Amino acid sequence: MSPRVAGSPVVSPQMVRPLVEVGALTVRFARQETPAVAGISFDIEPGECVGLVGESGSGKSVTARALLGLASGACVDADMLRFGDTDLRGLSRSRWRALRGSAGGIGYIPQAALVGLDPLRPVGREIADTLRLHTRASAAERAARVIELLTAVGMPEPELRAGQRPYELSGGLRQRALIASAIALGPRLLIADEPTTALDSTVQAGILDLLHHLQSEGTAILLISHDLAVVSRLASRVAVMQAGSLVEFGPTRRVLDAPQHPYTRRLVAAVPTSQPRGRRLSPSALPVALPVALPVYTPPVAEPTAPPREIVLEARGLSRRFGERQAVDSVSFTLGRGETLGIVGESGSGKTTLARLVLALEHPDAGEVRLFGEEWSTSPEGQRRSRRPLIGAIYQDALSSFDPRLTAGQILGDALRVGAGVGEAAAVETATRTPASRAAGGDNPWRTDLAGLLDAVHLPQATATRRPRFLSGGQQQRVAIARAIAARPAIIVCDEPVSSLDVSVQAQILDLLDDLQSTLGLSYLFITHDLGVVRHASDDVLVMKDGRVLESGPTETVFSAPTADYTRALLAAAPEVSS
Amino acid sequence: MTPAAPLLRWLLLRLGGVVFVLWAVSTVTFFAIRLIPGDPAEAIVGGPGSEASADALADARAEYGLDQPLLLQYLRFLGRLASLDLGRSYALHQSVASVIADTLPPTLGLAVVALSVAVVIALAVAAWSVRGGRAASAVASFLEVVAAAVPHFWLAILGIVLFSTALGWLPPVSVPGPSGLILPALTLAVPLAGFLGQVMREALLDAMSSPFALSARARGENENGVFWRHALRHSAIPAIGLAGWAFGSLLSGAVVVETIFARPGLGRSLLQAVQGRDVPLVVGVVIVVALGYMLVTTATDLAERLIDPRLAARAVSR
Repeated sequence: MSPRVAGSPVVSPQMVRPLVEVGALTVRFARQETPAVAGISFDIEPGECVGLVGESGSGKSVTARALLGLASGACVDADMLRFGDTDLRGLSRSRWRALRGSAGGIGYIPQAALVGLDPLRPVGREIADTLRLHTRASAAERAARVIELLTAVGMPEPELRAGQRPYELSGGLRQRALIASAIALGPRLLIADEPTTALDSTVQAGILDLLHHLQSEGTAILLISHDLAVVSRLASRVAVMQAGSLVEFGPTRRVLDAPQHPYTRRLVAAVPTSQPRGRRLSPSALPVALPVALPVYTPPVAEPTAPPREIVLEARGLSRRFGERQAVDSVSFTLGRGETLGIVGESGSGKTTLARLVLALEHPDAGEVRLFGEEWSTSPEGQRRSRRPLIGAIYQDALSSFDPRLTAGQILGDALRVGAGVGEAAAVETATRTPASRAAGGDNPWRTDLAGLLDAVHLPQATATRRPRFLSGGQQQRVAIARAIAARPAIIVCDEPVSSLDVSVQAQILDLLDDLQSTLGLSYLFITHDLGVVRHASDDVLVMKDGRVLESGPTETVFSAPTADYTRALLAAAPEVSS
Repeated sequence: MTPAAPLLRWLLLRLGGVVFVLWAVSTVTFFAIRLIPGDPAEAIVGGPGSEASADALADARAEYGLDQPLLLQYLRFLGRLASLDLGRSYALHQSVASVIADTLPPTLGLAVVALSVAVVIALAVAAWSVRGGRAASAVASFLEVVAAAVPHFWLAILGIVLFSTALGWLPPVSVPGPSGLILPALTLAVPLAGFLGQVMREALLDAMSSPFALSARARGENENGVFWRHALRHSAIPAIGLAGWAFGSLLSGAVVVETIFARPGLGRSLLQAVQGRDVPLVVGVVIVVALGYMLVTTATDLAERLIDPRLAARAVSR
């Protein structure tokens, strides 16, 4: 990490003048009551990396755009908005343009690395544009410089890559190309908006190293992220934003170790890596509140000596090939009642194909899946259909899994009808597969009405009348969870269920899944690329790469003493809050 | 695998498709036109009103093979088609090929001018509205819907009344030279511009507010640069996709426009041939039009692949 972590640059009187000074910056959009950014102040020293942290909608990106003069349609107001010797307030359009991307100006890496490049143009042309706009270099000089830049940002085979279009590059390479275009002329400040979001953790690590290298060469960086772990790797100071206000600004270590503001404390506590399995992540006032009082079912994992482990799902030597690619290669595992099996791996490792095989949406080339000891993947669909409610699924993109014309209530109503259709048959089965204590009394924890379902996932009753599109990401995922449990499953396949959510929302959803698991005795197959999440959420873990299982075992064992090199690399690459 | 191989295979498949479609189109036309009541021999000897003698009709039937069974006529027709002979027009008493050779160029000229004018109008309106904010967008959208909904004959009559009768700037019928082309071309171009404008504006708006446009602005690109270097290319894809349909719209429009402005061309010949039950000419024109359709769609497919190589990559991997 940068040596300037030590000392507090703000108070030191004989420090050089900050490169950027922002005083009482307010950004207001027309037709909106509250400002997107409400009077925030911070500064960035030359060559310093300042982290800007907060959840989506907290005003981070708007702040960045205000520094670039790109907050289109917004009214920007500030007591102080200075970059170098330039007062940015009331700057003319052409002077703004002269600042963006130019030598000694401000470079910007926009959010959404995957779509930040024009899909119809070769990436080399995009990088050359920066040179064309700010220098008089000839086309040949520009082309030569593009190759140098691509080499500098660690792009393999730069000559080949310069002529390729974004769809031919991986996410990490696209991000490197975007960085090359932002730093082409050596800006004094680089604004990186969520530079590692949507990238696999090993790729993330490479991008962070690159940013660190740029910083060590003297470029100041404003690093925007919702991920505290990412920010803590690079930033010497962190600014925390909540709902448009700056709630905390100070040296990174101080903010992480001794957060002053309650919101920062919540943010730090919500990072899953820092909390062991079973610990609640969100300080939600709601207890484990299912609407009906019921004897709490204790999952067998809590006491290893308790009744023998009941296998609900078993995979034996599963393989699936798509054309040339072996998506899943002889994968075996067992999942016990009330347990969570985490499946980690980077994109393309075969996690999702495995999930589809388990759900019997895909037929294995070899091997089989057994459900409650009975044939599952080998049964004809007709015999499977009546048992399908036993396995539910929730996905990363909850919204696109809903019919956009239906309200949340209609979606859940449909799922409840499916649940009721098999309800009578399932009730018998439920009785046999749930502990006697639950089946005996009238205290059936499975709620078969809409109101009960919404309560179970802590959604207000009014949600029923709304369309998912108008709900927040966390609420959408809650509706998806409610839909999954409506059919009274024994197993839920969770495919990246929290990957697109902010940390604190992520924490609430993980807690909700925990609560449902302990009250309903559910088993989870938990698929994620996020090691922190999997470590927090699962009992056992399966590390996958190129379709094969590299390592498996109890989560803590695998994480504390990984045997496979790949697992070690994954763990080393994962950003953590601790230094 | 060489990169040319999939493209070649694709072109060969296309060619096979073209032959099949030409056969199907000519067969359907051949039989459909015989369903119209009346005697084709009358058309040969001078039209339904000519009151030709029975002998003259019988001679005509024998000359054109109309006394043969229908199936035999059809097979002969196919045989001639296979040797690229489109036959002789009943009414005009010259070869269909020469009729088409005379009438195709003016119609093609009209279509090309009209298409160019439509693209220019659509682009100008879209470019203005994309940068003019919400109000400009609403105005442009209204204009486009109105333009797309206006029928050709109404526009043609409006143009004649306004520019010929009232103002006297332009001739009411098509005369040789550029001044005779203006009204017919505008009549065809305006509705087409309405459709083109709608799809182009949508794509332009999308591209101008996309993340890659933000990257470009953050590089110091100005709005003109974002428009010309990035957005335009993205709007070209849906516009080119529409071109196949536009070609059809221009031809059907040509039938109306050439008739109203008394302009020689393929459209007017087709109308006269259908009215006079001139089977060979109808079949000939239909075949030429179908061929044109397929050439245009093949050309637009190639153009789309050139602009967006992702399409080619997807088609090959399939």
